[in-house]
Amino acid sequence: MSGARESGYNFAYLDEQTKRMIRRTLLKALAAPGYQAPFGGREMPLAYGWGTGGIQVTASVIGPEDVLKVIDQGADDTTNAVSIRRFFQLVADVETTEATEKATVIQTRHRIPEAPLEEGQIIVYQVPQPEPLRHLEPREVETRKMHAYAEYGLMQVRLYEDIARYGHIATTYDYPVMVNGRYLMAPSPIPKFDNPKMQDNPAIQLFGAGREKRIYAIPPYTSVRSLDFEDHPFRTQSWDQRCALCDADDSYLDEVITDDRGGRMFVCSDTDYCARRRANGHVGAQGAIDPVGEKTDALSGDAQ
Amino acid sequence: MSAAASMRTRAPLMQARSVTRSYGGNIGCRDVSFTLYPGEVIGIVGESGSGKSTLLACLSGRLEPDSGVISYDMRGRGFVDIQTLSEPERRMLMRTDWGMVHQNPRDGLRMAVSAGGNVGERLMAVGARHYGDIRGEAQNWLAKVEIDLERIDDKPRTFSGGMQQRLQIARNLVTTPRLVFMDEPTGGLDVSVQARLLDLLRGLVRELGIAVIVVTHDLAVVRLLADRLMVMRRGEVVEHGLTDQVLDDPHHPYTQLLVSSVLQA
Amino acid sequence: MADPITVSALSKTFTLHNQGGIRLPVFSDLSLRVAAGECVCLHGPSGAGKSTLLRSLYANYKADGGDIIVMHRGAPIDLVSAEPWRIIEARRETIGYVSQFLRVIPRVPALDIVAEPARAIGVSADAARGKARGLLTRLRIPERLWSLAPATFSGGEQQRVNIARGFIVDYPVLLLDEPTASLDAENRRTVIALIQEAKARGAAVVGIFHDAEVRDAVADRLFEVESFQGRAA
Repeated sequence: MSGARESGYNFAYLDEQTKRMIRRTLLKALAAPGYQAPFGGREMPLAYGWGTGGIQVTASVIGPEDVLKVIDQGADDTTNAVSIRRFFQLVADVETTEATEKATVIQTRHRIPEAPLEEGQIIVYQVPQPEPLRHLEPREVETRKMHAYAEYGLMQVRLYEDIARYGHIATTYDYPVMVNGRYLMAPSPIPKFDNPKMQDNPAIQLFGAGREKRIYAIPPYTSVRSLDFEDHPFRTQSWDQRCALCDADDSYLDEVITDDRGGRMFVCSDTDYCARRRANGHVGAQGAIDPVGEKTDALSGDAQ
Repeated sequence: MSAAASMRTRAPLMQARSVTRSYGGNIGCRDVSFTLYPGEVIGIVGESGSGKSTLLACLSGRLEPDSGVISYDMRGRGFVDIQTLSEPERRMLMRTDWGMVHQNPRDGLRMAVSAGGNVGERLMAVGARHYGDIRGEAQNWLAKVEIDLERIDDKPRTFSGGMQQRLQIARNLVTTPRLVFMDEPTGGLDVSVQARLLDLLRGLVRELGIAVIVVTHDLAVVRLLADRLMVMRRGEVVEHGLTDQVLDDPHHPYTQLLVSSVLQA
Repeated sequence: MADPITVSALSKTFTLHNQGGIRLPVFSDLSLRVAAGECVCLHGPSGAGKSTLLRSLYANYKADGGDIIVMHRGAPIDLVSAEPWRIIEARRETIGYVSQFLRVIPRVPALDIVAEPARAIGVSADAARGKARGLLTRLRIPERLWSLAPATFSGGEQQRVNIARGFIVDYPVLLLDEPTASLDAENRRTVIALIQEAKARGAAVVGIFHDAEVRDAVADRLFEVESFQGRAA
């Protein structure tokens, strides 16, 4: 608390009225899983597109006892993650961590941690475009009706277009899901690799879109099904390689260019997961030679 | 034979009674009544502002009449006053048992979606989830409307006006609706393209036994397509009857004027 | 069994609203009965109302009063008051009409134009086309033309396609409007044969035949339309 008081900000930056308003919206969103609830988004001290929606949600649910983890593309040490973590250190004076299982609140951009989430944890997704139907139907009035009446044939059309053009469903991130068998939802630009993790997850999953001023949510243990066709079933990405650092074969891998002579390596995008495995003695093909610092530099460059 | 047999017991498909709609003090359509039977093609002709488009909007549930009743024989439900349908029910009807062919293909097609996707959308909307089946059905319909199968993955914006209109028809007929509304389906097309489209429509409508309500100002369109004709003027139906009877032996002064104003084709 | 056609007290007047409301009475209180197997020739000078009567019998013109009873599916229907769908049904199954001119449908080949009425009553595509080929052959339409749309055919060829189309279904009632107008002697004789065959199978035929040869060959009696003109109101 002392940090917040010294900084002159109200706890967690937002005023209490705003937090109440957002919490009410969160309750509404949890009561109708996948439904995009509008909220009175506030101006935040950073630009739209940098996680203003996620920050407002985090600010509304975080308390002094919480432990915060912030990741961007799976990494704790990229620009966006570092900035947001520092922001909450300054305005809420909360403990922060890089360890997934230690965190009570995790704000994320583009990934779900590899380590399974548990009951009591909250994961907050930053959402650039909450409307999964937007590409196909530009009229907001119409998309709202489509949600209200569960008319989701059009989303299937988008997948059809993928198969027609590429021979398979080429959508690899922000892959549309049906939540609780009722609402079509954009899972934010996480890789479809992470989609199965949303299904029946014990944690509370909250989604905040700052520019569009929408909040939606998935309560614990809720059905989250990725759309597909009977003859083109949903599949996650897989790699021939293992993580070059920790030898993991079950995590989402980033391809990292290591030099200008075509050298490359595949490493876990979840830095915490990778570090933990190495600490436990797992060693990948290049794990012994490559210092940790170099790898993370490469990842920082990869992040937007 | 089956078409002939079904004629024996004639239950109407749609009934309109005293449908009236005005805009402020201006009359849209007034006191229009008719009965449409399955497989029947009704033409509504009249000049701009005669109320034919207002009437079509009311009949297709897109506009609420001020008074009057439009009832439709819904599959599995029997006659229903379409005004009592909820919006989702009406939208469902519009993409299953009804179809709508617009004058401007942009209003009836998704220009950013491939031809195959445009045709498949209605199937997916009613739950089709097998890509191979959907694509097969799309190919089947593109062939029926004489669109080269090579174009199945092209966007409609790369199509000619006539092709766009044919794609719109395929997109509508894929769920085998029993009633299709058409608003100037050949408007804006070259004469030679019009003929091809009309001929195609005529064949499909007869083959599938679809009822059609077609609004046009082009008497040649109704001559070729419609069994029956309603002539509208200033919001009212001034004459109706068998198409060839109304065109060849018009009784109302306005119909006589309309028919005599057209060059013999 | 009732006669296929029974017309009673029929009247028809044209009112031209856009020409000062001129009224042109054509006939009134007209009665006509045509028996099965009988051919009645509508007779009289030009302007007597022969064509108007023939078109009224097809419900192409709407009579002002009286009735036109046609036996359709074994039951009488009145073409003056029947609902449009019923008239369309009767035209499809009961009443054949050969007009003077073929109404060409763009892009549809001659063979299919001829076969269409048979298809419409449920004859299979193969059987209908087979019958169409037979008729086109009898009427001397060269086979190379069958697959073409008749828009570019000569007047005589179009007329013969039209006749073939009118005879492909064995209609109980046949209305013929100068079917031989632009035909040569050979084809005229073919049409005479077709009409005689229709009569032999029991069709009631009403026609306008200006050609004396045809009239003498097929007509059982002449019907003077003009005699009902004077009584027009």
